[in-house]
Amino acid sequence: MAEIVLMRNFGRQDSHTLAGYRATGGYGGWEKARTMEPAAITEEVKKSNLRGLGGAGFPTGTKWSFIPKNHAGPVYLVVNADEGEPGTFKDRYLLERDPHALIEGMLITARAIRCALGFVYIRGEYVQPWRLFSAAVKEAYDAGLLGHGFDIVVHRGAGAYICGEETGLLSSLEGKKGWPKIKPPFPAIKGAFGQPTIVNNVETLACVPPIITRGAEWFAALGTKTQGGTRMYSVSGRVPKPGVYEASVAITLRSLIHDLAGGVSGSGRLKAVVPGGGSAAILTADEIDIPMDVDGLKNAGSMIGSAGVIVMDESVSIPEALMVLARFYAHESCGQCTPCRESTGWIYKQVHRIVEGHGRKDDLDTILDVAKRGGGTTICAFYDGAIGPYISYIEKFRSEFEALCRS
Amino acid sequence: MNGAPGSSNSPPAERAGLAGPATNVAFTPEQLAEVRRLQGLYPDKRGALLPVLHMAQDAFGWISLEVEEYVAGFFALSPAHVHEVVTFYTLYFQQPKGRHVVAVCHNLSCYLAGSRDILAHVQRRLGVEVGETTDDGRVTLQSVECLCACEAAPMAQVDDRYELNLTPEKVDRILEGLR
Ligand SMILES: Cc1cc2nc3c(=O)[nH]c(=O)nc-3n(C[C@H](O)[C@H](O)[C@H](O)COP(=O)(O)O)c2cc1C
Ligand code: SF4
Ligand code: FES
Repeated sequence: MAEIVLMRNFGRQDSHTLAGYRATGGYGGWEKARTMEPAAITEEVKKSNLRGLGGAGFPTGTKWSFIPKNHAGPVYLVVNADEGEPGTFKDRYLLERDPHALIEGMLITARAIRCALGFVYIRGEYVQPWRLFSAAVKEAYDAGLLGHGFDIVVHRGAGAYICGEETGLLSSLEGKKGWPKIKPPFPAIKGAFGQPTIVNNVETLACVPPIITRGAEWFAALGTKTQGGTRMYSVSGRVPKPGVYEASVAITLRSLIHDLAGGVSGSGRLKAVVPGGGSAAILTADEIDIPMDVDGLKNAGSMIGSAGVIVMDESVSIPEALMVLARFYAHESCGQCTPCRESTGWIYKQVHRIVEGHGRKDDLDTILDVAKRGGGTTICAFYDGAIGPYISYIEKFRSEFEALCRS
Repeated sequence: MNGAPGSSNSPPAERAGLAGPATNVAFTPEQLAEVRRLQGLYPDKRGALLPVLHMAQDAFGWISLEVEEYVAGFFALSPAHVHEVVTFYTLYFQQPKGRHVVAVCHNLSCYLAGSRDILAHVQRRLGVEVGETTDDGRVTLQSVECLCACEAAPMAQVDDRYELNLTPEKVDRILEGLR
């Protein structure tokens, strides 16, 4: 059993309070970091092989080092707590059960990037997480942890999946509709309110205090050669024990499903797994002997994304599952890019028609053709996230779609 | 209110439904102080637009064109810019809503756990379709994308609360509790 790092305090009744957090050594990482040179903090995080846990898996220390050294104006830290990827719920647990771990991670990160103001963008639907996290911020102010060189503003979103995409999030934070922007410039060069900005996921920043306390080598050794640490897997769908599980990034998908989530429920026979949130390409039952690190999933033709694992047993209809996701993409496309706006709507209609029994077999090739053409042509990665499911569900389970078609 | 003070692109006052003073739409002095506090938190006060719209919705029940124009005034924005923001997000209501909002998740994990049946059950119990409000103004029904509590599917958001592991019986108890 791998070491439990991020969920170490979840069993405590008072894990969300400052007293509870301090009782388990909380803010010890910050005490140490405040005596360190900013560059040394970034170096330590680089050596730890921490990679972003929000979706893209970018090396965290490297991202921090992109902040221009000679910048005279302010630098901002923005926490992505807009958790919205279908099948993902880990950040909710952290905000509710260990909010001080995020605050401590923000304090350390702010020192590393010389930042005096941080924003935490929490999805609007997360009312309870917002209340609990805000209460923790107040405690941290009362205790003098915040307000002396670093401030935190807790910001609520208003319902839009695309605000999880970092540039959409920044537009939204600025009081605009959440339209993503073309990169470059990357947020580290020109981000919130036009200033250099680091955007990191909640869980990513919760990893920072233990890295500083226990050292980069220890953290790196928890994972694989190219990614350090443990992470929180959200497991849902047809398993006996759905929930959030912490394990090494090196755990296999098979072990996660069978050893942690209790196996497969429903018919008891596995049909398919979504390994990294709704936008990850689907894997078949014989594709689960893979490590769950960023590279392991990439090699398997999918992505680890937000590590939201959705399990489907033999009784699940793959065309229906795709229809549900296609509806999601059609609803959530921000509409800026023609391929994304038009294809998401049209593909949903097509898949819906097939599920209703009115489709034709050659519709499948048209869908695949349309899906593939738009890849890599859009402002943000939302559309690439949509075509992962479109293509993989149809290519890997084509006979199931064909069985629903008239001709 | 006649558009945004200091804004060069204020629309004419006769814009449909907007002429005349906004009699019902005004924050209390405490709320006005809160608007100023929120604006002071951001490097550019416009950052407070979403939080102030949340406040306005809590205060006035929903975001009418009149409310948009009132809020625009605090930000020196044209009402059209506020409208563009309001219409982008799902949590702002552009029509009166019921005293309670029941939002049933219909994304994949909830679907696999029977959210279709849950939604059909709520529709039958309330006698409304998705997007509608009961005649007595008690409940507005929505179906929404993943609320990220998939470990407890099927689930729904009822006002501020997440209601987890729904069954028809549990739905009945929850609906009875909404007055
Ligand atoms: C469509 C889309 C949705 C995203 N949603 C989220 C999200 O809900 N939470 C998150 O942390 N990152 C999300 N991301 C990734 C962010 O753009 C960004 O990479 C991340 O917040 C960076 O933090 P990290 O390096 O710590 O992972 C999303 C990306 C895309 C393209
Ligand atoms: S890819 Fe889609 S979601 Fe992303 S900016 Fe373009 S239209 Fe918007
Ligand atoms: S699918 Fe319903 S909460 Fe995630």
